[in-house]
Amino acid sequence: TSLMSFHIQRMPAPIRLRELIRTIRTARTQAEEREMIQKECAAIRSSFREEDNTYRCRNVAKLLYMHMLGYPAHFGQLECLKLIASQKFTDKRIGYLGAMLLLDERQDVHLLMTNCIKNDLNHSTQYVQGLALCTLGCMGSSEMCRDLAGEVEKLLKTSNSYLRKKAALCAVHVIRKVPELMEMFLPATKNLLNEKNHGVLHTSVVLLTEMCERSPDMLAHFRKLVPQLVRILKNLIMSGYSPEHDVSGISDPFLQVRILRLLRILGRNDDDSSEAMNDILAQVATNTETSKNVGNAILYETVLTIMDIKSESGLRVLAINILGRFLLNNDKNIRYVALTSLLKTVQTDHNAVQRHRSTIVDCLKDLDVSIKRNFSPARRAMELSFALVNGNNIRGMMKELLYFLDSCEPEFKADCASGIFLAAEKYAPSKRWHIDTIMRVLTTAGSYVRDDAVPNLIQLITNSVEMHAYTVQRLYKAILGDYSQQPLVQVAAWCIGEYGDLLISGQCEEEEPIQVTEDEVLDILESVLISNMSVSVTRGYALTAIMKLSTRFTCTVNRIKKVVSIYGSSIDVELQQRAVEYNALFKKYDHMRSALLERMPVMEKVTTNGPTEIVQTNGETEPAPLETKPPPSGPQPTSQANDLLDLLGGNDITPVIPTVPTSKPASAGGELLDLLGDINLTGAPTAAPAPASAPQISQPPFLLDGLSSQPLFNDITTGIPSITAYSKNGLKIEFTFERSNTNPSVTVITIQASNSTELDMTDFVFQAAVPKTFQLQLLSPSSSVVPAFNTGTITQVIKVLNPQKQQLRMRIKLTYNHKGSAMQDLAEVNNFPPQSWQ
Amino acid sequence: MIQAILVFNNHGKPRLVRFYQRFPEEIQQQIVRETFHLVLKRDDNICNFLEGGSLIGGADYKLIYRHYATLYFVFCVDSSESELGILDLIQICFVETLDKCFENVCELDLIFHMDKVHYILQEVVMGGMVLETNMNEIVAQIEAQNRLEKSESRRLSAAPARAVSAVKNMNLPEIPRNINIGDLNIKVPNLSQFV
Repeated sequence: TSLMSFHIQRMPAPIRLRELIRTIRTARTQAEEREMIQKECAAIRSSFREEDNTYRCRNVAKLLYMHMLGYPAHFGQLECLKLIASQKFTDKRIGYLGAMLLLDERQDVHLLMTNCIKNDLNHSTQYVQGLALCTLGCMGSSEMCRDLAGEVEKLLKTSNSYLRKKAALCAVHVIRKVPELMEMFLPATKNLLNEKNHGVLHTSVVLLTEMCERSPDMLAHFRKLVPQLVRILKNLIMSGYSPEHDVSGISDPFLQVRILRLLRILGRNDDDSSEAMNDILAQVATNTETSKNVGNAILYETVLTIMDIKSESGLRVLAINILGRFLLNNDKNIRYVALTSLLKTVQTDHNAVQRHRSTIVDCLKDLDVSIKRNFSPARRAMELSFALVNGNNIRGMMKELLYFLDSCEPEFKADCASGIFLAAEKYAPSKRWHIDTIMRVLTTAGSYVRDDAVPNLIQLITNSVEMHAYTVQRLYKAILGDYSQQPLVQVAAWCIGEYGDLLISGQCEEEEPIQVTEDEVLDILESVLISNMSVSVTRGYALTAIMKLSTRFTCTVNRIKKVVSIYGSSIDVELQQRAVEYNALFKKYDHMRSALLERMPVMEKVTTNGPTEIVQTNGETEPAPLETKPPPSGPQPTSQANDLLDLLGGNDITPVIPTVPTSKPASAGGELLDLLGDINLTGAPTAAPAPASAPQISQPPFLLDGLSSQPLFNDITTGIPSITAYSKNGLKIEFTFERSNTNPSVTVITIQASNSTELDMTDFVFQAAVPKTFQLQLLSPSSSVVPAFNTGTITQVIKVLNPQKQQLRMRIKLTYNHKGSAMQDLAEVNNFPPQSWQ
Repeated sequence: MIQAILVFNNHGKPRLVRFYQRFPEEIQQQIVRETFHLVLKRDDNICNFLEGGSLIGGADYKLIYRHYATLYFVFCVDSSESELGILDLIQICFVETLDKCFENVCELDLIFHMDKVHYILQEVVMGGMVLETNMNEIVAQIEAQNRLEKSESRRLSAAPARAVSAVKNMNLPEIPRNINIGDLNIKVPNLSQFV
């Protein structure tokens, strides 16, 4: 001991936190800083070892500073405990802080902590009690919570508002850790809302919210509080100026937001509660001052509540109009939340959202980088725009979206391009428009599109017989001197090979015919072959094109023979193989050449699948104003006839899947032209019957007689049996199907996830993958929480494009949190009903 | 729920790190670093929300931040919090309170009074939930606790022995003598340097 005392005397007083910080700040490099910290740590350790009581406080404070900078400080854990056990408030204050920052839940020291906290919860000084509540509410483990819940409950009933508010939040923590302790706090909640102190009111609302979210019984029990909550909210907005709670002229906006949130939970799926809060929500929505952010926060919360409960339709329109007004706000944050919420409601309140379409699209156009550059808001605006596209607005919307595709960041281009493809596929007003649109995408974002874009476009072009000359000419011009967009070059090469004769003859009604010679065309294809931008596949396309031209061109056959023979020794094996085969065709089988290289026939499987009209799934029930005049285009008997059939079939009282003649589409179309003639009597110009989508649907009264009052979902086939795609661990996922008659290759699947267990599943994410021949679009889910006891579902819409009508197969991946652990599962769905894909 | 509150300066130096959910130390530091890189990339005039993604909590979590002169205040919250409400909370309840307590708060105040900043935050947010939004109430409670500390230091300078005995009577286990310092490789300190 003599040695010890000697040592203590020799030991200099540890430096103050202030000095340590100053020293650290002089460090010029990370290494220097680390060295300083290590020295100080060593000093602190030895001071701890000496059981030095005077400077423990100071040493722990320094450790907390180092911990913040990222240095290990766990050796201070026990010292924190010693400080907590001290009689001094100063010691306890830093000790409890240290415990919250340094201790982890697994520590054995928790037992010691429990005793200290228990003593302090019964301390005579409210601030010591406050520290104990705060610490328990931050880091209390489930054992600690079990042991101390009684003390917390006692403090929840005290008259001291400083302690009461902390006890309420501490109770929330206890309930989160040990849900079965919830009942214990029920009696104490009785008087919580009578409290005058706003701090207590605020935390009480948090506690009630937590209990309601955790248990359906509690939720049912607390529904009786709705009138009381409505009264509190009313007093807040009507009471006028109260200096104590005023924030920018609004009385306690934070409390208002909390109450609105609780009301949302209480009103969800409950008619009576929703009814009881309708009036106050309307009052808040109309009376809140919006010149300051705090007002907008309240309004935003009100909107969310209105959308979530069973509110009156007038109120919902009011809510969406508030969001529409938000889109015009100068504050980016407000525009962001508006876009996010509109995206959530677009499925349920489509028409109301549709009214704000132009404002939404303006968010895309906004040259200010903000909304565009950071990923989430831009994505919101884009997704929302796609959700709003329908047959009536496709031209206008696509113009904006193509402009967006042009200027957006690369990370958006792939998704934007597939969105455009899907929308064009579904709503294209004419084939020409469809081809133009896809070509625009390929020219501006060619390198970002998915692989199947090229074959899809080629199919589309092949089947639009009357568009061949126009298309080949456009494509020829598009690739002149620019081979950077490979998919575009591939399509162009294919078309030039296929329709080279049309290119040379210059027969094109649509555009100013161009004058090109056979040699010029071959020059282009040869330069594609040698361009270093061309990938192997593109070269293959070019070589085949050149070969095909040998039967379409007259005076350049020898040149073609030469090119083909040169590539017979190409180092690219694929190219060499082709060249050798083509060479043999010239030499040995020349008599078969013209037959083999004949023009490709119309591909039958897409005859019903071409651009279609009058699709109203994103339906406006009222006659929509015609946005753009359809340009005149050539006669399109095939598609018109089919579409008409669809229209008529779909309007039948019993929805049936109309059997569209696929074997001889052209002739069927011819017969049906007579029908068209009648329709044209209504005033649509005879020259352009097909693309006139909007007037046809809204004008001819005899066609849609008696249907105008019901939503025009008449192109959707119902009656496809739904399936249970997944059922495991209480999670059940059902698929229901819809198919558009006008475009049978699109299957719309609505998934509904429900949860039969006693706990909510949170962070629920549903992902799906399909084989390459399909295209899939996942819309946003309705929520990320699957409520327990089957009290609600998450819905999410999947659109599957299945041009080849293959049997649907899907692999799904589910991730969610349940009972505190992260769950993940994969499953294969193979039981799709044949009606959903055939 | 608020998952974390981070304050760092324009160079990414942390000034306040408060997690309301347990993360290993390395992860905490990584989150601070990555959050810094995320917000740094953004212009001052763009929206103050970020999706944290894989950083903390997953898709349900958002980073909501405000930038003041040299400091970023970042709150990581889940969907149970109102985005716009949190922006107000940062400004009205936290930063303005700091300003009142430190009288024109600046980065240096946060550096040299990390403990006090924590104490103030403790009166605003508890266990990841908003506790009090009335600035006057927050300031009053902080001042009362500071007075309590002051009175103790006066009283205790007169009777230090009492505190010492109080600690000695505690029934705490002995600290292990052989502390595992891992790969830190702490050199024997030159104590005179710190005198």
